[in-house]
Amino acid sequence: MSQPIDLDIDHVANLARIALTPGEKAQYAAQLGEILGHIAKLKEVNVDGVEPTAHAFPLYNVWSKDEAAPGLTAEAALRNAPAQRDQMFSVPKVVE
Amino acid sequence: MSTETYFLSIGALSAALARGELSSVELVQAVIARTEAVETKVRAFNSYDREDAMAQARASDTRRAAGRALGPLDGIPIGMKDVIAVAGQPLTASSRMLEHFVSPYDATVVKRLRNAGAICWGRLNLDEFAMGSSTENSAFQATANPYALDCVPGGSSGGSAAAVAAGEAIASLGSDTGGSIRQPAAFCNLVGLKPTYGLVSRYGLIAFASSLDQIGPFGRSVDDVAHLLGVIAGHDPLDSTSYQVEIPDYRAEIARRQGPWRLGIPREYFGEGLDPEVAQAVQKAVAFYQSLGCEIKDVSLPHTEYGVGAYYIIATAECSSNLARFDGVRYGHRSKDAKDAVDLYFKSRAEGFGAEVKRRIILGTYVLSSGYYDAYYLRAQKVRTLIRNDFLAAYRDVDAILTPTAPTPAFRRGTKADPLAMYLCDIYTIGVNLAGLPAVSVPCGFSQDGRPIGMQLIGQPYQEAELLSIASAYERAHGWGQRRPVV
Repeated sequence: MSQPIDLDIDHVANLARIALTPGEKAQYAAQLGEILGHIAKLKEVNVDGVEPTAHAFPLYNVWSKDEAAPGLTAEAALRNAPAQRDQMFSVPKVVE
Repeated sequence: MSTETYFLSIGALSAALARGELSSVELVQAVIARTEAVETKVRAFNSYDREDAMAQARASDTRRAAGRALGPLDGIPIGMKDVIAVAGQPLTASSRMLEHFVSPYDATVVKRLRNAGAICWGRLNLDEFAMGSSTENSAFQATANPYALDCVPGGSSGGSAAAVAAGEAIASLGSDTGGSIRQPAAFCNLVGLKPTYGLVSRYGLIAFASSLDQIGPFGRSVDDVAHLLGVIAGHDPLDSTSYQVEIPDYRAEIARRQGPWRLGIPREYFGEGLDPEVAQAVQKAVAFYQSLGCEIKDVSLPHTEYGVGAYYIIATAECSSNLARFDGVRYGHRSKDAKDAVDLYFKSRAEGFGAEVKRRIILGTYVLSSGYYDAYYLRAQKVRTLIRNDFLAAYRDVDAILTPTAPTPAFRRGTKADPLAMYLCDIYTIGVNLAGLPAVSVPCGFSQDGRPIGMQLIGQPYQEAELLSIASAYERAHGWGQRRPVV
Protein backbone atom coordinates (compact mmCIF):
# COMPACT_ATOMS: atom_id res chain seq x y z
CA MET A 1 0.00 0.00 0.00
CA SER A 2 1.43 3.36 -0.96
CA GLN A 3 2.24 5.71 1.91
CA PRO A 4 1.19 9.28 1.27
CA ILE A 5 4.23 11.49 1.38
CA ASP A 6 2.41 14.79 1.22
CA LEU A 7 0.77 14.99 4.66
CA ASP A 8 2.22 18.25 5.95
CA ILE A 9 1.35 17.85 9.63
CA ASP A 10 2.21 21.49 10.50
CA HIS A 11 -0.07 22.81 7.79
CA VAL A 12 -2.96 20.50 8.74
CA ALA A 13 -2.61 21.17 12.49
CA ASN A 14 -2.68 24.88 11.71
CA LEU A 15 -5.88 24.47 9.69
CA ALA A 16 -7.38 22.47 12.57
CA ARG A 17 -6.30 25.12 15.13
CA ILE A 18 -4.60 22.57 17.38
CA ALA A 19 -1.19 23.17 18.90
CA LEU A 20 0.72 19.86 18.65
CA THR A 21 3.93 19.00 20.45
CA PRO A 22 6.85 17.71 18.35
CA GLY A 23 6.18 14.25 19.80
CA GLU A 24 2.52 14.35 18.79
CA LYS A 25 3.45 15.55 15.31
CA ALA A 26 5.81 12.63 14.75
CA GLN A 27 3.34 10.12 16.17
CA TYR A 28 0.32 11.41 14.25
CA ALA A 29 2.22 11.70 10.97
CA ALA A 30 3.23 8.02 11.25
CA GLN A 31 -0.19 6.78 12.35
CA LEU A 32 -2.07 8.84 9.78
CA GLY A 33 0.30 7.55 7.12
CA GLU A 34 -0.74 4.02 8.03
CA ILE A 35 -4.45 4.91 8.07
CA LEU A 36 -4.20 6.74 4.75
CA GLY A 37 -2.41 3.68 3.38
CA HIS A 38 -5.51 1.63 4.22
CA ILE A 39 -7.80 4.33 2.84
CA ALA A 40 -5.85 4.28 -0.44
CA LYS A 41 -7.77 1.05 -1.15
CA LEU A 42 -10.65 3.27 -2.26
CA LYS A 43 -8.66 4.15 -5.38
CA GLU A 44 -9.37 0.61 -6.63
CA VAL A 45 -13.09 1.36 -6.87
CA ASN A 46 -14.53 2.51 -10.16
CA VAL A 47 -16.71 5.49 -9.25
CA ASP A 48 -17.26 6.80 -12.79
CA GLY A 49 -20.77 8.19 -13.06
CA VAL A 50 -21.59 7.45 -9.38
CA GLU A 51 -23.39 10.22 -7.50
CA PRO A 52 -21.99 11.04 -4.05
CA THR A 53 -24.14 10.30 -0.99
CA ALA A 54 -24.05 13.01 1.68
CA HIS A 55 -27.01 11.63 3.61
CA ALA A 56 -28.67 8.23 3.34
CA PHE A 57 -32.13 9.80 3.30
CA PRO A 58 -31.74 13.38 2.14
CA LEU A 59 -34.49 15.81 3.02
CA TYR A 60 -34.78 19.12 1.23
CA ASN A 61 -36.24 22.46 2.19
CA VAL A 62 -36.82 21.65 5.83
CA TRP A 63 -38.11 24.90 7.29
CA SER A 64 -39.32 25.72 10.73
CA LYS A 65 -42.15 28.17 11.21
CA ASP A 66 -41.09 31.79 11.40
CA GLU A 67 -42.42 32.24 14.90
CA ALA A 68 -40.84 33.56 18.05
CA ALA A 69 -40.37 30.86 20.68
CA PRO A 70 -38.85 30.95 24.14
CA GLY A 71 -35.11 30.23 24.18
CA LEU A 72 -32.37 30.16 26.78
CA THR A 73 -32.07 33.17 29.05
CA ALA A 74 -28.77 35.05 28.91
CA GLU A 75 -27.96 33.66 32.32
CA ALA A 76 -28.57 30.04 31.18
CA ALA A 77 -26.62 30.60 27.95
CA LEU A 78 -23.68 31.93 29.94
CA ARG A 79 -23.83 29.17 32.56
CA ASN A 80 -20.91 27.32 30.92
CA ALA A 81 -18.92 30.36 29.77
CA PRO A 82 -15.22 30.20 30.72
CA ALA A 83 -15.31 33.97 31.31
CA GLN A 84 -18.15 36.49 31.13
CA ARG A 85 -18.85 40.14 31.77
CA ASP A 86 -22.04 42.23 31.53
CA GLN A 87 -24.06 39.31 30.09
CA MET A 88 -21.45 38.67 27.38
CA PHE A 89 -18.74 36.12 26.68
CA SER A 90 -15.38 37.59 27.52
CA VAL A 91 -12.26 36.73 25.45
CA PRO A 92 -8.66 37.95 25.30
CA LYS A 93 -8.13 41.13 23.34
CA VAL A 94 -8.21 40.49 19.56
CA VAL A 95 -6.89 43.86 18.31
CA GLU A 96 -4.34 45.93 20.23
CA MET B 1 -39.90 -8.86 44.90
CA SER B 2 -36.76 -10.88 44.36
CA THR B 3 -33.49 -9.50 45.65
CA GLU B 4 -32.38 -8.97 42.06
CA THR B 5 -35.03 -6.42 41.13
CA TYR B 6 -32.39 -4.66 39.04
CA PHE B 7 -32.20 -7.64 36.66
CA LEU B 8 -35.94 -7.77 35.92
CA SER B 9 -37.35 -6.88 32.51
CA ILE B 10 -39.24 -3.68 31.84
CA GLY B 11 -42.38 -5.78 31.32
CA ALA B 12 -42.03 -7.47 34.74
CA LEU B 13 -41.15 -4.22 36.51
CA SER B 14 -43.98 -2.26 34.97
CA ALA B 15 -46.44 -5.03 35.91
CA ALA B 16 -45.13 -5.05 39.49
CA LEU B 17 -45.35 -1.26 39.67
CA ALA B 18 -48.90 -1.36 38.28
CA ARG B 19 -49.98 -3.97 40.84
CA GLY B 20 -48.43 -2.01 43.68
CA GLU B 21 -45.99 -4.81 44.55
CA LEU B 22 -43.10 -2.45 43.91
CA SER B 23 -42.67 1.30 44.08
CA SER B 24 -40.40 3.35 41.88
CA VAL B 25 -38.59 4.51 45.02
CA GLU B 26 -37.85 0.86 45.93
CA LEU B 27 -36.71 0.12 42.38
CA VAL B 28 -34.43 3.15 42.17
CA GLN B 29 -33.03 2.36 45.62
CA ALA B 30 -32.26 -1.18 44.44
CA VAL B 31 -30.51 0.13 41.32
CA ILE B 32 -28.50 2.66 43.34
CA ALA B 33 -27.50 -0.01 45.88
CA ARG B 34 -26.46 -2.34 43.06
CA THR B 35 -24.49 0.45 41.41
CA GLU B 36 -22.68 1.24 44.64
CA ALA B 37 -21.89 -2.45 45.14
CA VAL B 38 -20.34 -3.11 41.70
CA GLU B 39 -19.28 0.24 40.31
CA THR B 40 -15.71 0.08 41.66
CA LYS B 41 -15.25 -2.96 39.40
CA VAL B 42 -17.32 -1.87 36.39
CA ARG B 43 -16.79 1.93 36.27
CA ALA B 44 -19.68 2.46 33.83
CA PHE B 45 -20.66 5.89 35.15
CA ASN B 46 -18.90 9.22 34.79
CA SER B 47 -21.32 10.48 37.45
CA TYR B 48 -24.73 9.83 38.92
CA ASP B 49 -27.08 11.92 41.00
CA ARG B 50 -28.83 9.85 43.68
CA GLU B 51 -30.98 12.69 45.00
CA ASP B 52 -32.19 13.65 41.53
CA ALA B 53 -33.07 10.01 40.72
CA MET B 54 -34.89 9.60 44.02
CA ALA B 55 -36.85 12.82 43.44
CA GLN B 56 -37.92 11.52 40.03
CA ALA B 57 -38.92 8.19 41.63
CA ARG B 58 -41.02 9.91 44.31
CA ALA B 59 -42.75 11.97 41.60
CA SER B 60 -43.49 8.75 39.69
CA ASP B 61 -44.99 7.08 42.77
CA THR B 62 -47.10 10.18 43.47
CA ARG B 63 -48.42 10.15 39.88
CA ARG B 64 -49.25 6.49 40.11
CA ALA B 65 -50.99 6.88 43.47
CA ALA B 66 -53.15 9.58 41.88
CA GLY B 67 -54.05 7.22 39.02
CA ARG B 68 -52.02 9.23 36.52
CA ALA B 69 -49.22 6.78 35.67
CA LEU B 70 -47.76 7.66 32.27
CA GLY B 71 -47.26 4.18 30.80
CA PRO B 72 -45.03 1.14 31.08
CA LEU B 73 -41.80 3.12 31.53
CA ASP B 74 -43.14 5.23 34.39
CA GLY B 75 -40.80 4.87 37.35
CA ILE B 76 -38.12 2.83 35.56
CA PRO B 77 -34.49 4.07 35.62
CA ILE B 78 -32.91 4.45 32.19
CA GLY B 79 -29.19 5.23 31.88
CA MET B 80 -27.91 7.94 29.54
CA LYS B 81 -24.69 7.98 27.54
CA ASP B 82 -22.76 11.07 28.52
CA VAL B 83 -23.23 12.69 25.09
CA ILE B 84 -27.01 13.06 25.53
CA ALA B 85 -28.10 16.31 27.17
CA VAL B 86 -30.05 16.06 30.44
CA ALA B 87 -30.95 19.51 31.78
CA GLY B 88 -29.02 20.43 34.91
CA GLN B 89 -26.75 17.36 34.72
CA PRO B 90 -23.11 17.18 33.56
CA LEU B 91 -22.50 16.52 29.85
CA THR B 92 -18.85 15.64 29.41
CA ALA B 93 -18.55 13.40 26.32
CA SER B 94 -15.83 11.79 28.51
CA SER B 95 -13.59 14.69 27.50
CA ARG B 96 -11.51 17.17 29.49
CA MET B 97 -12.94 19.69 27.05
CA LEU B 98 -16.39 19.40 28.68
CA GLU B 99 -15.36 18.22 32.15
CA HIS B 100 -17.32 21.00 33.87
CA PHE B 101 -20.14 21.48 31.34
CA VAL B 102 -23.74 21.35 32.61
CA SER B 103 -26.57 20.82 30.09
CA PRO B 104 -28.82 23.85 29.72
CA TYR B 105 -31.64 21.76 28.19
CA ASP B 106 -32.95 18.24 27.63
CA ALA B 107 -32.27 16.30 24.44
CA THR B 108 -35.49 15.39 22.60
CA VAL B 109 -35.05 11.71 23.54
CA VAL B 110 -34.76 12.74 27.20
CA LYS B 111 -37.87 14.89 26.96
CA ARG B 112 -39.75 11.98 25.41
CA LEU B 113 -38.57 9.59 28.13
CA ARG B 114 -39.57 12.07 30.83
CA ASN B 115 -43.00 12.44 29.22
CA ALA B 116 -43.29 8.64 29.48
CA GLY B 117 -42.37 8.84 33.19
CA ALA B 118 -38.94 7.19 32.87
CA ILE B 119 -36.25 8.11 35.39
CA CYS B 120 -33.17 9.61 33.76
CA TRP B 121 -30.34 7.92 35.58
CA GLY B 122 -26.62 8.60 35.47
CA ARG B 123 -24.05 9.80 32.98
CA LEU B 124 -22.50 6.79 31.26
CA ASN B 125 -18.90 6.56 30.15
CA LEU B 126 -17.80 6.41 26.50
CA ASP B 127 -14.80 6.84 24.26
CA GLU B 128 -14.14 10.58 24.18
CA PHE B 129 -16.69 12.24 21.87
CA ALA B 130 -17.84 8.71 20.92
CA MET B 131 -14.59 8.06 19.01
CA GLY B 132 -13.46 4.52 19.67
CA SER B 133 -14.47 0.90 20.02
CA SER B 134 -13.38 0.04 23.57
CA THR B 135 -14.28 2.97 25.90
CA GLU B 136 -10.53 3.14 26.65
CA ASN B 137 -10.38 6.57 24.99
CA SER B 138 -12.38 8.12 27.85
CA ALA B 139 -10.45 10.96 29.48
CA PHE B 140 -11.70 9.81 32.89
CA GLN B 141 -11.64 6.02 33.22
CA ALA B 142 -11.71 2.68 31.41
CA THR B 143 -14.95 0.71 31.86
CA ALA B 144 -14.74 -3.05 32.44
CA ASN B 145 -16.82 -5.73 30.72
CA PRO B 146 -19.15 -7.15 33.41
CA TYR B 147 -18.81 -10.63 31.85
CA ALA B 148 -15.00 -10.54 31.78
CA LEU B 149 -13.53 -7.80 33.92
CA ASP B 150 -10.13 -7.80 32.18
CA CYS B 151 -11.84 -7.16 28.83
CA VAL B 152 -13.29 -4.03 27.26
CA PRO B 153 -17.08 -3.52 27.20
CA GLY B 154 -16.80 -2.35 23.58
CA GLY B 155 -17.40 1.18 22.48
CA SER B 156 -18.03 3.86 22.10
CA SER B 157 -21.18 3.35 24.24
CA GLY B 158 -19.29 1.04 26.63
CA GLY B 159 -20.72 2.60 29.80
CA SER B 160 -24.29 2.32 28.49
CA ALA B 161 -23.73 -1.38 27.79
CA ALA B 162 -21.80 -2.25 30.96
CA ALA B 163 -24.32 -0.53 33.26
CA VAL B 164 -27.28 -2.48 31.86
CA ALA B 165 -25.33 -5.76 31.79
CA ALA B 166 -24.26 -5.28 35.42
CA GLY B 167 -27.73 -4.33 36.71
CA GLU B 168 -26.77 -0.69 37.32
CA ALA B 169 -29.61 0.47 35.06
CA ILE B 170 -32.66 -1.33 33.67
CA ALA B 171 -31.99 -0.16 30.12
CA SER B 172 -30.03 2.72 28.57
CA LEU B 173 -29.52 4.93 25.57
CA GLY B 174 -26.37 5.09 23.50
CA SER B 175 -25.38 6.55 20.16
CA ASP B 176 -24.10 4.70 17.11
CA THR B 177 -21.96 6.31 14.40
CA GLY B 178 -20.09 3.21 13.16
CA GLY B 179 -21.23 0.46 15.53
CA SER B 180 -21.11 2.19 18.92
CA ILE B 181 -24.36 0.60 20.14
CA ARG B 182 -24.21 -2.78 18.40
CA GLN B 183 -20.60 -3.75 19.18
CA PRO B 184 -20.84 -3.03 22.95
CA ALA B 185 -24.21 -4.82 23.01
CA ALA B 186 -22.51 -7.87 21.45
CA PHE B 187 -19.62 -7.69 23.93
CA CYS B 188 -21.95 -7.34 26.96
CA ASN B 189 -24.70 -9.88 26.13
CA LEU B 190 -27.32 -7.23 25.37
CA VAL B 191 -29.75 -6.33 22.65
CA GLY B 192 -28.66 -3.03 21.08
CA LEU B 193 -30.48 -1.25 18.26
CA LYS B 194 -29.22 1.36 15.84
CA PRO B 195 -32.41 2.76 14.31
CA THR B 196 -32.76 3.92 10.71
CA TYR B 197 -31.11 7.31 10.16
CA GLY B 198 -33.77 9.93 10.86
CA LEU B 199 -36.09 7.77 13.01
CA VAL B 200 -34.84 9.19 16.33
CA SER B 201 -34.12 12.88 16.87
CA ARG B 202 -30.48 13.86 17.35
CA TYR B 203 -31.41 17.16 19.04
CA GLY B 204 -29.37 17.34 22.23
CA LEU B 205 -26.86 14.68 21.13
CA ILE B 206 -23.28 15.98 20.96
CA ALA B 207 -22.49 15.70 17.26
CA PHE B 208 -19.64 13.48 16.08
CA ALA B 209 -20.46 12.70 12.41
CA SER B 210 -23.88 14.13 11.71
CA SER B 211 -24.74 12.09 8.61
CA LEU B 212 -24.03 8.84 10.51
CA ASP B 213 -24.96 9.48 14.18
CA GLN B 214 -28.13 7.93 15.55
CA ILE B 215 -29.37 7.45 19.13
CA GLY B 216 -30.67 4.01 20.08
CA PRO B 217 -31.56 1.76 23.02
CA PHE B 218 -29.75 -0.99 24.94
CA GLY B 219 -31.79 -3.61 26.78
CA ARG B 220 -31.50 -7.11 28.19
CA SER B 221 -34.19 -8.29 25.78
CA VAL B 222 -35.79 -7.38 22.46
CA ASP B 223 -38.94 -6.44 24.37
CA ASP B 224 -37.07 -3.94 26.56
CA VAL B 225 -35.54 -2.37 23.45
CA ALA B 226 -38.97 -2.20 21.79
CA HIS B 227 -40.35 -0.43 24.87
CA LEU B 228 -37.69 2.29 24.60
CA LEU B 229 -37.81 2.62 20.82
CA GLY B 230 -41.57 3.23 20.90
CA VAL B 231 -40.95 6.20 23.19
CA ILE B 232 -37.88 7.80 21.57
CA ALA B 233 -38.80 7.35 17.87
CA GLY B 234 -40.71 9.97 15.93
CA HIS B 235 -40.43 13.21 14.04
CA ASP B 236 -38.87 16.21 15.78
CA PRO B 237 -38.94 19.69 14.24
CA LEU B 238 -35.72 20.47 16.17
CA ASP B 239 -33.73 17.99 14.04
CA SER B 240 -33.88 18.85 10.34
CA THR B 241 -32.81 15.30 9.40
CA SER B 242 -35.67 13.77 11.39
CA TYR B 243 -38.09 11.84 9.19
CA GLN B 244 -41.88 12.05 9.04
CA VAL B 245 -42.84 8.42 9.42
CA GLU B 246 -45.59 6.66 11.31
CA ILE B 247 -44.39 4.97 14.51
CA PRO B 248 -46.07 1.59 15.00
CA ASP B 249 -46.70 -0.14 18.32
CA TYR B 250 -43.48 -2.14 18.10
CA ARG B 251 -44.43 -4.63 20.83
CA ALA B 252 -47.78 -5.40 19.21
CA GLU B 253 -46.06 -5.81 15.84
CA ILE B 254 -43.52 -8.23 17.33
CA ALA B 255 -46.33 -10.32 18.80
CA ARG B 256 -48.16 -10.34 15.47
CA ARG B 257 -45.32 -11.00 12.99
CA GLN B 258 -44.32 -14.64 13.06
CA GLY B 259 -42.40 -15.01 9.76
CA PRO B 260 -41.09 -16.99 8.07
CA TRP B 261 -38.63 -14.50 6.67
CA ARG B 262 -36.09 -14.50 3.86
CA LEU B 263 -32.66 -13.91 5.38
CA GLY B 264 -29.54 -12.97 3.45
CA ILE B 265 -26.09 -14.16 4.50
CA PRO B 266 -23.42 -11.88 2.97
CA ARG B 267 -20.35 -13.94 2.16
CA GLU B 268 -18.07 -10.90 2.65
CA TYR B 269 -18.89 -10.93 6.39
CA PHE B 270 -17.62 -14.45 6.99
CA GLY B 271 -14.08 -14.17 5.66
CA GLU B 272 -10.60 -13.69 7.01
CA GLY B 273 -10.32 -12.24 10.53
CA LEU B 274 -13.57 -13.73 11.83
CA ASP B 275 -13.04 -15.58 15.11
CA PRO B 276 -14.04 -19.27 14.73
CA GLU B 277 -16.20 -19.27 17.88
CA VAL B 278 -18.11 -16.22 16.60
CA ALA B 279 -18.50 -17.82 13.17
CA GLN B 280 -19.84 -21.01 14.74
CA ALA B 281 -22.35 -19.19 16.97
CA VAL B 282 -23.69 -17.17 14.04
CA GLN B 283 -23.90 -20.28 11.82
CA LYS B 284 -25.98 -21.96 14.52
CA ALA B 285 -28.34 -19.00 14.49
CA VAL B 286 -28.62 -19.32 10.71
CA ALA B 287 -29.49 -23.01 11.15
CA PHE B 288 -32.11 -22.06 13.74
CA TYR B 289 -33.84 -19.68 11.34
CA GLN B 290 -33.75 -22.38 8.70
CA SER B 291 -35.49 -24.73 11.16
CA LEU B 292 -38.20 -22.08 11.59
CA GLY B 293 -38.91 -22.31 7.86
CA CYS B 294 -37.03 -19.15 6.91
CA GLU B 295 -35.46 -19.03 3.49
CA ILE B 296 -31.70 -18.56 3.78
CA LYS B 297 -30.03 -16.94 0.79
CA ASP B 298 -26.41 -16.18 0.00
CA VAL B 299 -26.10 -12.52 -0.85
CA SER B 300 -23.15 -10.37 -1.82
CA LEU B 301 -22.24 -6.91 -0.57
CA PRO B 302 -19.22 -6.51 -2.85
CA HIS B 303 -18.04 -3.11 -1.56
CA THR B 304 -17.80 -4.26 2.08
CA GLU B 305 -13.99 -4.15 2.09
CA TYR B 306 -14.08 -0.42 1.29
CA GLY B 307 -16.40 0.41 4.19
CA VAL B 308 -13.76 1.15 6.81
CA GLY B 309 -11.86 3.43 4.42
CA ALA B 310 -14.95 5.36 3.32
CA TYR B 311 -16.17 5.59 6.90
CA TYR B 312 -12.92 7.00 8.31
CA ILE B 313 -12.88 9.69 5.63
CA ILE B 314 -16.51 10.72 6.04
CA ALA B 315 -16.67 10.41 9.83
CA THR B 316 -13.42 12.28 10.43
CA ALA B 317 -14.31 14.99 7.91
CA GLU B 318 -17.63 15.57 9.67
CA CYS B 319 -15.98 15.43 13.10
CA SER B 320 -13.35 17.99 12.15
CA SER B 321 -16.18 20.33 11.23
CA ASN B 322 -18.45 19.53 14.20
CA LEU B 323 -15.67 19.83 16.77
CA ALA B 324 -14.54 23.20 15.43
CA ARG B 325 -17.07 24.69 17.87
CA PHE B 326 -14.82 23.76 20.81
CA ASP B 327 -12.58 26.80 20.77
CA GLY B 328 -12.53 27.90 24.41
CA VAL B 329 -14.76 30.91 23.79
CA ARG B 330 -18.36 30.18 24.78
CA TYR B 331 -18.11 26.91 26.70
CA GLY B 332 -15.71 24.07 27.35
CA HIS B 333 -12.09 24.17 28.40
CA ARG B 334 -10.23 27.46 28.04
CA SER B 335 -6.44 27.50 28.23
CA LYS B 336 -5.00 29.74 30.92
CA ASP B 337 -1.78 30.31 28.95
CA ALA B 338 -3.14 31.93 25.80
CA LYS B 339 -1.30 35.00 24.55
CA ASP B 340 -4.18 36.27 22.43
CA ALA B 341 -7.56 35.23 21.00
CA VAL B 342 -6.12 33.03 18.23
CA ASP B 343 -3.62 31.38 20.54
CA LEU B 344 -6.64 30.63 22.76
CA TYR B 345 -8.07 28.33 20.08
CA PHE B 346 -4.82 26.44 19.56
CA LYS B 347 -4.04 25.93 23.24
CA SER B 348 -7.59 25.27 24.46
CA ARG B 349 -8.03 22.57 21.82
CA ALA B 350 -4.58 21.10 22.47
CA GLU B 351 -5.29 20.85 26.21
CA GLY B 352 -8.97 19.87 26.02
CA PHE B 353 -8.93 17.07 23.43
CA GLY B 354 -7.41 13.62 23.94
CA ALA B 355 -5.14 11.80 21.51
CA GLU B 356 -7.78 9.96 19.45
CA VAL B 357 -9.95 13.05 19.03
CA LYS B 358 -6.96 15.08 17.85
CA ARG B 359 -5.95 12.29 15.48
CA ARG B 360 -9.41 12.25 13.91
CA ILE B 361 -9.66 16.03 13.66
CA ILE B 362 -6.28 16.11 11.91
CA LEU B 363 -7.29 13.32 9.51
CA GLY B 364 -10.65 14.96 8.80
CA THR B 365 -9.05 18.34 8.25
CA TYR B 366 -6.55 16.77 5.85
CA VAL B 367 -9.14 14.95 3.71
CA LEU B 368 -11.16 18.16 3.38
CA SER B 369 -8.18 20.40 2.70
CA SER B 370 -7.54 22.14 -0.59
CA GLY B 371 -6.22 19.73 -3.20
CA TYR B 372 -7.35 16.55 -1.43
CA TYR B 373 -11.12 16.97 -1.25
CA ASP B 374 -11.89 15.20 -4.54
CA ALA B 375 -9.40 12.40 -3.98
CA TYR B 376 -10.64 11.57 -0.50
CA TYR B 377 -13.94 13.09 0.61
CA LEU B 378 -15.80 13.11 -2.71
CA ARG B 379 -14.54 9.64 -3.62
CA ALA B 380 -15.61 8.32 -0.19
CA GLN B 381 -19.09 9.75 -0.69
CA LYS B 382 -19.32 7.95 -4.04
CA VAL B 383 -18.15 4.70 -2.48
CA ARG B 384 -20.82 5.32 0.15
CA THR B 385 -23.40 5.31 -2.65
CA LEU B 386 -22.07 1.96 -3.90
CA ILE B 387 -22.18 0.46 -0.38
CA ARG B 388 -25.76 1.65 0.03
CA ASN B 389 -26.71 0.26 -3.40
CA ASP B 390 -25.23 -3.13 -2.41
CA PHE B 391 -27.68 -3.33 0.50
CA LEU B 392 -30.65 -2.10 -1.50
CA ALA B 393 -29.91 -4.66 -4.23
CA ALA B 394 -29.73 -7.44 -1.63
CA TYR B 395 -33.13 -6.39 -0.26
CA ARG B 396 -34.75 -7.26 -3.57
CA ASP B 397 -34.34 -10.91 -2.51
CA VAL B 398 -34.34 -10.87 1.30
CA ASP B 399 -36.17 -9.24 4.22
CA ALA B 400 -33.11 -8.84 6.41
CA ILE B 401 -29.40 -9.63 6.49
CA LEU B 402 -27.72 -11.72 9.19
CA THR B 403 -24.04 -11.25 10.10
CA PRO B 404 -21.72 -11.37 13.09
CA THR B 405 -21.79 -8.04 14.98
CA ALA B 406 -18.03 -7.97 15.57
CA PRO B 407 -15.19 -10.17 14.29
CA THR B 408 -14.24 -11.30 17.83
CA PRO B 409 -15.69 -11.39 21.34
CA ALA B 410 -14.56 -8.64 23.75
CA PHE B 411 -10.78 -8.22 23.65
CA ARG B 412 -8.54 -7.60 26.65
CA ARG B 413 -8.10 -4.05 27.83
CA GLY B 414 -4.91 -2.35 26.66
CA THR B 415 -4.24 -4.75 23.79
CA LYS B 416 -5.19 -2.63 20.78
CA ALA B 417 -2.82 0.32 20.88
CA ASP B 418 -2.68 0.70 17.10
CA PRO B 419 -5.47 3.00 15.83
CA LEU B 420 -5.92 1.14 12.53
CA ALA B 421 -6.34 -2.22 14.34
CA MET B 422 -9.04 -0.59 16.48
CA TYR B 423 -10.78 0.85 13.40
CA LEU B 424 -10.91 -2.58 11.79
CA CYS B 425 -13.02 -3.88 14.73
CA ASP B 426 -15.93 -1.99 13.19
CA ILE B 427 -15.77 -3.75 9.84
CA TYR B 428 -19.21 -5.44 10.15
CA THR B 429 -21.08 -2.49 11.65
CA ILE B 430 -19.86 0.47 9.59
CA GLY B 431 -21.72 -0.31 6.34
CA VAL B 432 -25.05 0.03 8.15
CA ASN B 433 -24.29 3.63 9.17
CA LEU B 434 -23.04 4.54 5.70
CA ALA B 435 -26.28 3.15 4.23
CA GLY B 436 -28.47 4.66 6.98
CA LEU B 437 -30.10 1.29 7.77
CA PRO B 438 -31.50 -0.08 11.02
CA ALA B 439 -29.59 -2.96 12.65
CA VAL B 440 -29.79 -4.80 15.94
CA SER B 441 -27.24 -6.89 17.80
CA VAL B 442 -28.73 -9.90 19.56
CA PRO B 443 -26.92 -12.27 21.97
CA CYS B 444 -26.23 -15.60 20.21
CA GLY B 445 -23.78 -17.46 22.44
CA PHE B 446 -20.63 -17.38 24.53
CA SER B 447 -17.02 -18.21 23.85
CA GLN B 448 -15.46 -21.15 25.75
CA ASP B 449 -14.07 -18.70 28.29
CA GLY B 450 -17.43 -17.01 28.89
CA ARG B 451 -17.32 -13.89 26.71
CA PRO B 452 -20.63 -13.00 25.05
CA ILE B 453 -21.11 -13.26 21.27
CA GLY B 454 -23.61 -11.20 19.30
CA MET B 455 -25.15 -11.49 15.87
CA GLN B 456 -26.31 -8.55 13.81
CA LEU B 457 -29.61 -8.40 11.94
CA ILE B 458 -29.71 -5.60 9.37
CA GLY B 459 -33.14 -4.45 8.24
CA GLN B 460 -34.70 -2.30 5.56
CA PRO B 461 -35.16 1.44 6.08
CA TYR B 462 -37.80 2.23 8.73
CA GLN B 463 -38.68 -1.48 9.10
CA GLU B 464 -37.68 -1.71 12.78
CA ALA B 465 -40.88 -3.64 13.57
CA GLU B 466 -39.90 -6.38 11.14
CA LEU B 467 -36.28 -6.35 12.31
CA LEU B 468 -37.20 -6.69 15.99
CA SER B 469 -39.72 -9.44 15.14
CA ILE B 470 -36.96 -11.47 13.49
CA ALA B 471 -34.71 -10.87 16.51
CA SER B 472 -37.49 -11.84 18.91
CA ALA B 473 -38.16 -15.15 17.12
CA TYR B 474 -34.55 -16.15 17.83
CA GLU B 475 -34.54 -14.80 21.38
CA ARG B 476 -37.70 -16.71 22.38
CA ALA B 477 -36.01 -20.01 21.54
CA HIS B 478 -32.68 -19.21 23.22
CA GLY B 479 -31.86 -17.91 26.66
CA TRP B 480 -28.52 -16.21 26.19
CA GLY B 481 -29.74 -12.90 27.57
CA GLN B 482 -30.66 -14.59 30.86
CA ARG B 483 -27.06 -15.46 31.65
CA ARG B 484 -25.82 -13.08 34.34
CA PRO B 485 -22.41 -11.39 34.48
CA VAL B 486 -19.57 -12.29 36.82
CA VAL B 487 -19.92 -9.12 38.90
